[in-house]
Amino acid sequence: MRKTFISQNPSVLWFLAALGLFTLIVTILSEGFGLGIVSTSFIKTLGKTLCLCLIAIAMDVVWGYCGILSLGHFAFFGLGGYAIGMWLMYARTETIVVESLAGNIIPPTEQEVIDAIGTQIFGVVGSSEFPLIWAFADSLVLQLLMVVLVPGLLALVFGWLAFRSRVTGVYLSILTQAMTLALALYLFQNDSGLRGNNGLSGLQNIPGFEATPQATISIVFFWASAFALCAGYLFFAWIVSGKLGSVLRAIRDNEARVRFLGYHVESYKLFVFTITAVVSGIAGALYYPQAGIINPAEIAPIASIYLAVWVAIGGRGRLYGAVIGAAFVSLLSSWFTGGGAPDIPLGFYTIQWTDWWLVLLGVSFVAVTLFFPQGIGGLFDKLVRKQP
Amino acid sequence: MNNTLLEVDGVSVTFDGFRAINNLSIQIAEPELRAIIGPNGAGKTTFMDIITGKTRPDEGKVIWGERNISLLKMSESQIAQQGIGRKFQKPTVFEAQTVRENLAMALKNKRGPFDVLFFRSNPSIEGEIVELAEEIGLQDALDTPSGILSHGQKQWLEIGMLLAQDPRLLLVDEPAAGMTQAEREQTTEILVRAAQTRAVVVVEHDMEFVRRLNCKVTVLHEGSVLAEGSLDHVTANQTVIDVYLGR
Ligand SMILES: Nc1ncnc2c1ncn2[C@@H]1O[C@H](COP(=O)(O)OP(=O)(O)OP(=O)(O)O)[C@@H](O)[C@H]1O
Ligand SMILES: [Mg+2]
Repeated sequence: MRKTFISQNPSVLWFLAALGLFTLIVTILSEGFGLGIVSTSFIKTLGKTLCLCLIAIAMDVVWGYCGILSLGHFAFFGLGGYAIGMWLMYARTETIVVESLAGNIIPPTEQEVIDAIGTQIFGVVGSSEFPLIWAFADSLVLQLLMVVLVPGLLALVFGWLAFRSRVTGVYLSILTQAMTLALALYLFQNDSGLRGNNGLSGLQNIPGFEATPQATISIVFFWASAFALCAGYLFFAWIVSGKLGSVLRAIRDNEARVRFLGYHVESYKLFVFTITAVVSGIAGALYYPQAGIINPAEIAPIASIYLAVWVAIGGRGRLYGAVIGAAFVSLLSSWFTGGGAPDIPLGFYTIQWTDWWLVLLGVSFVAVTLFFPQGIGGLFDKLVRKQP
Repeated sequence: MNNTLLEVDGVSVTFDGFRAINNLSIQIAEPELRAIIGPNGAGKTTFMDIITGKTRPDEGKVIWGERNISLLKMSESQIAQQGIGRKFQKPTVFEAQTVRENLAMALKNKRGPFDVLFFRSNPSIEGEIVELAEEIGLQDALDTPSGILSHGQKQWLEIGMLLAQDPRLLLVDEPAAGMTQAEREQTTEILVRAAQTRAVVVVEHDMEFVRRLNCKVTVLHEGSVLAEGSLDHVTANQTVIDVYLGR
């Protein structure tokens, strides 16, 4: 009667096997370790894509399983990125400052070093003082804790307020958009303490590994991203496959009925909203060292809308669907917008994909919603079920 | 009555100026089987909405249990946890999920998110589910998505979910709608059996069904009690004949 978690969910094994194989092939082909067929910058693109897949499965759990269409999860992703970015920038600037002051006859005092770091980091916004939120920036451990705590606490407070007042459906979506917009606008200000629209940069340089080539660093981050995706996938698959998954899907389909069964629906929503926010923060913390820079534009509402589009195209309510959607659409997007796709001359007009990609994406989204509400994952399901 | 489980006292509800429930008072004992009849729009479903916390009354009291607590300040889930289960007029089961999953969700277990997250089924729980499924005639459909069940089977599944909660008070809104004669008879049996140890309130239009329940009947009309007593007693009442039976 009783089956183990994996035997009940064969798709989890398939997914992990595919991810493992993919990681192995990319590693062999990479510059850092093997043949050098795949460039370092493309390794970074792939590593970032894996992080996007991780936030996509979080989105799928909150939306596809629990029915909360959050249009703000990129705020949590960005906060995770900022949290790790603060340490990366602080520690690296510290190394540079200490090196440059090393020539002085009188060794610099601790305060002088800190002042010099402050001037380096905040010079662009006309300041040299460390704002309070940088209090732990010199500690990797504490900033890693922030990666989890900041998105988690924001989600907990926001979710508690929103769910307690029983805000649902489109109103909740608008509220989450407002949250991410407010955060982005705040971060755009120069006195936000996070360098305004300059954001945090140079994040690809890992303190302590100055001598290590980017080719190596990129492959290590690629592995870390693959591992995080693997762990996140297992975690969410475990959550949604048991009785909790059953209650979540019930809440999605008829939350009023779930209340009459004695379940406190709001706690469930809060749990899912917060846990997915934490995972989004972790995904962001892995993403931005590979991107090298984070600025408030990353948190703009449109990012979270794209996230919903990926999950919809990939197929809601199945975790691998979210992975397929995020990987497929984001890679395609960087191909089109990065000039990879050739322009199409029509004589009277030339289709430039950098402009028309969004139109194509919009049309695909509408088409998927109308004709394949189950998304790519749904087509995939049909293929698998056909052959017994 | 000193074994009163539920006391609804002087309750009124107004929807946009329309008085759906008007100074309604009803008492339910434990155990008891009670039928509620009345014309369409009499307020039978609204009565259940008030008890389960879906609708808040404008005035009146709803008192529960031996400690005489008021249900009016509780949320729907708290009321359900007090031991009040409900079957809706339109069967509402979770169609995307199997019969087994529906029953498992309803089973009387801890309801907190972390209890549920770490919940692991065991043979005794699986046994309970099978037993319930047998009671409602769905033992062969345990792994069927409930969305593809017939209307009557969905009604039963919902009754099964109600029994799974093991409530002290069952509110059953039109359980026999869409059922064949044989199914109706079995439904009667299930309800009568359940009422041996609990309070069961059944709303039903079908007079044959109510007769088989063989219990005290309350007639609602325009949001208040028109008559109460045995079926023969209330059906002999001239006003009841005029407003309900004689239609
Ligand atoms: N949420 C609501 N808003 C406005 N009016 C309502 C609402 N709920 C019920 N009513 C009205 O209150 C009256 C009582 O409705 P109720 O559903 O309780 O009747 P009922 O006795 O269950 O009828 P039926 O036998 O048709 O199920 C009806 O006139 C109905 O239109
Ligand atoms: Mg009704």
